[in-house]
Amino acid sequence: MTNTIAVQMSGVVKRFPGVVANDGVEFELRRGEVHALLGENGAGKSTLSNILTGLYRPDEGTIELNGAPVSFSSPRDALNAGIGMVHQHFRLVETFSVAENVVLGNPDTAFLLDTAAINERVKELAARYDMAVDPEARIWQLSVGEQQRVEILKVLYRGAQVLILDEPTAVLTPIEADALFRTLRAMTAEGRTVIFISHKLDEVMAVSDRITVLRGGRTVGTVDTSTTNKRDLASMMVGRNVEFTRVQRKTPAQANDVVLHVENLGAHDDRGRDALHGITLTVGRGEIVGIAGVAGNGQRELAEVIAGMRHTTTGSVSVEGKILQSGKARAAIAGGVAHVPEDRLHTGLAAGHSVEDNLALKSYRSSLLSRFGLLRRQAMRDGATELVERYDVKTPSTQTAVRLLSGGNVQKVLLAREFSTGPKVLIAASPTRGLDVGAIESVRERLVEAADGGLGVLLISEDLDEIMSLADRIAVMYEGRIVAVIPADKADRETIGLLMGGSQLEATS
Amino acid sequence: MKSPVRLERRLEQPKWLNWAIPVISLLGALAVGAIVLLLTGKNPIDVYQRIFERGFLSTRALTGTLRTATPFAFTGLCAAAAFRLGVINIGGEGQLYMGAIGASYVGLVMGNSYPVGIVIIAMVFAGMIFGGMYAGFVGLLRAQFNTNEIITSLMMNYIAGIVLNYLIFNSLSYWRDPRSAGFPSGKPLDKRAFWPSYEIGGVGISFGLILAAFVAAAVWVLYKRSRFGFEIGVIADSPRAARYIGIRTKTTIVAVTALSGALAGIGGASQVGDFTHYLDAKGLQLNSFGYTGIVVAALARLNPLGAIVVAILLGGLTNAGYSLQGPDFPSGLVGTLQGLILFTAVAGEILMKYRVKRNTAAKKATVAS
Repeated sequence: MTNTIAVQMSGVVKRFPGVVANDGVEFELRRGEVHALLGENGAGKSTLSNILTGLYRPDEGTIELNGAPVSFSSPRDALNAGIGMVHQHFRLVETFSVAENVVLGNPDTAFLLDTAAINERVKELAARYDMAVDPEARIWQLSVGEQQRVEILKVLYRGAQVLILDEPTAVLTPIEADALFRTLRAMTAEGRTVIFISHKLDEVMAVSDRITVLRGGRTVGTVDTSTTNKRDLASMMVGRNVEFTRVQRKTPAQANDVVLHVENLGAHDDRGRDALHGITLTVGRGEIVGIAGVAGNGQRELAEVIAGMRHTTTGSVSVEGKILQSGKARAAIAGGVAHVPEDRLHTGLAAGHSVEDNLALKSYRSSLLSRFGLLRRQAMRDGATELVERYDVKTPSTQTAVRLLSGGNVQKVLLAREFSTGPKVLIAASPTRGLDVGAIESVRERLVEAADGGLGVLLISEDLDEIMSLADRIAVMYEGRIVAVIPADKADRETIGLLMGGSQLEATS
Repeated sequence: MKSPVRLERRLEQPKWLNWAIPVISLLGALAVGAIVLLLTGKNPIDVYQRIFERGFLSTRALTGTLRTATPFAFTGLCAAAAFRLGVINIGGEGQLYMGAIGASYVGLVMGNSYPVGIVIIAMVFAGMIFGGMYAGFVGLLRAQFNTNEIITSLMMNYIAGIVLNYLIFNSLSYWRDPRSAGFPSGKPLDKRAFWPSYEIGGVGISFGLILAAFVAAAVWVLYKRSRFGFEIGVIADSPRAARYIGIRTKTTIVAVTALSGALAGIGGASQVGDFTHYLDAKGLQLNSFGYTGIVVAALARLNPLGAIVVAILLGGLTNAGYSLQGPDFPSGLVGTLQGLILFTAVAGEILMKYRVKRNTAAKKATVAS
């Protein structure tokens, strides 16, 4: 039977400073199967695949390949052993042809390229696995789906027996995804093995033979796809309903007194594809509305559109009934939108600048802080000193560069500044991610305090516990749409987990 | 293979480094230069002493030094102004030519019919507008199409040189002196378009250098104390943060690049108004004022006030080079030293951000496998 096991990973532990990314993971891969690795962001999927491909070394645990223990010290080692990875973000040379990219980095390639022979081999390989791609085309001429085929060809050309695909459908259209699934079938029919990393329940059910679910760095279990269903998977993914305490509010939310109104909002992502489709949403005075969803489903674009950093393609954003000009951050700031972006240090702050400068980042144009185009440094200093004290920012001085502060204090600087502008609405994107427990607690307290003070808060977070304990209402986002809005006291993790994975409520109950 | 030293990022950058590092860079360049001199069979101490004497130690030497320093100051400010935003404008050379073309035109047109003060002011502004617009085009390309400004600004230096040649040598333009028999030359300006010069203790100081000092102070205020400067700092530090607070990044890039070119343009105006008093197509192109400006800005660590000091320093070096040129003092030496200074100044930036630490044996354990 050992012959049927391609890869066996046991007791794999990988620690990073402050986190245990893999905490005793068990993973068994049978030859010729499509094995899905399912889990939320941060569950440890990427770490596990990086260990298997030799990018990281495990701190503990063993890896066996075809029954023999192995230890990879580089991706090249893993590739030579027949394990290849298709990354979510392509690593292709844009100006090279398909065939050139395929042979790039291959140690067997001769010094002088025999272009015709290589083209022929690539063409043959592509045809065998039902992948339409012209070996002579330049990468920049190809669609995203075709570029992904080149990535797959790269590892096949190197003779990989085990292919790891990291969220391969994230960039694909449904038709391209179907073609990919056919290719995967053709590969497993030949005895190759595929690890398919995803958090989309539907496609996992459609494409895989077996599924291993990870949560919080541990293996929850491995199941046969034929004997499971989406509801079970969702609860494995997000955890059984655990007891959590809802935060007590001093002032109840007034959902009917709308401060933020988003109407039929559409927007493009950075590549110009539609990222938001007709989002309609309201946040009331003193209300915390949580946006749940797996990262990359339009949350960032939604936050940026409301904050004026991104243009709308349809619809509008209004604060207290006044429509904000699209794509004008200054208009949004003036209209009372505060924004704590996901990327705190480089978007929310200018990391190389001092605490003082950063605290003035949104108000330096006010008559208080500048006159006749010249800054009033003394006023900036006084304001900074006061905010540092009030928000208990631990910093050597107001002149210290923000990049030198700890994560918790960075977030305090950001929150202090955002609250100091007298906002009506706060967009908080993953406001506690990467912080330590104490800092998380203090950030959450600040959010609740602000809501008690009448601020409307849109809390975007991947941490379901955070949303369930803080939010009054929960909106679930999937592929640029709000698929459901549920009052927090009626929400359960399973349902939200299913919705986050793209399942419709009716289909699963 | 492990190097015996490693670089460790500095948490704080102490203020004293701001002047210590340029000094160390300069000494480093002189030290490497000494090796070059030794290899060519010269006594470095002797050569450096002569450079110092001919650059700084007599009123005549100082007059020449300050004269050479004047264009360096402007092109140094030009480079510093753009580099601070992260726009690597190396087109100071061409922008200076354009400034000279603009200022000489205005000087020729207005010189014999307007009061001296008005003519000078008009020439300064003409230099700024010509240099500024020439650079503004580079900024526009960068802002709109994300073209690499290093390449566009460099190429436009050549274009500016060709325009100069055309105006004086290849056409009967307004700038060319129709009376020049034989070798073509620029039309001389009227006396009223001559910029004044002052004498302090026997040392001649041009109006242009004094202007440069005032301009440097203004640029300093703009960058360190103004709202606009604050925005430039944010863009340079984090373009995403700039977008987050709604700074008009593209407009700022165009404005700063144009400002940078305007500064070089005044340098061109000063060449015409202060010194040559006609459009000297050949002379302007011989001196590489624009490229030296990059060295000035680098050694001054992009500080506008520092640029004036460094310009005088490099002015002395260059001026000494002019007067010492001969069989025992190769003309390439000054250029070599300038290149070395640029090299060490850029290397000095690493010392600004990192400190050098010795690798200890304990560290080696982590790489054992």
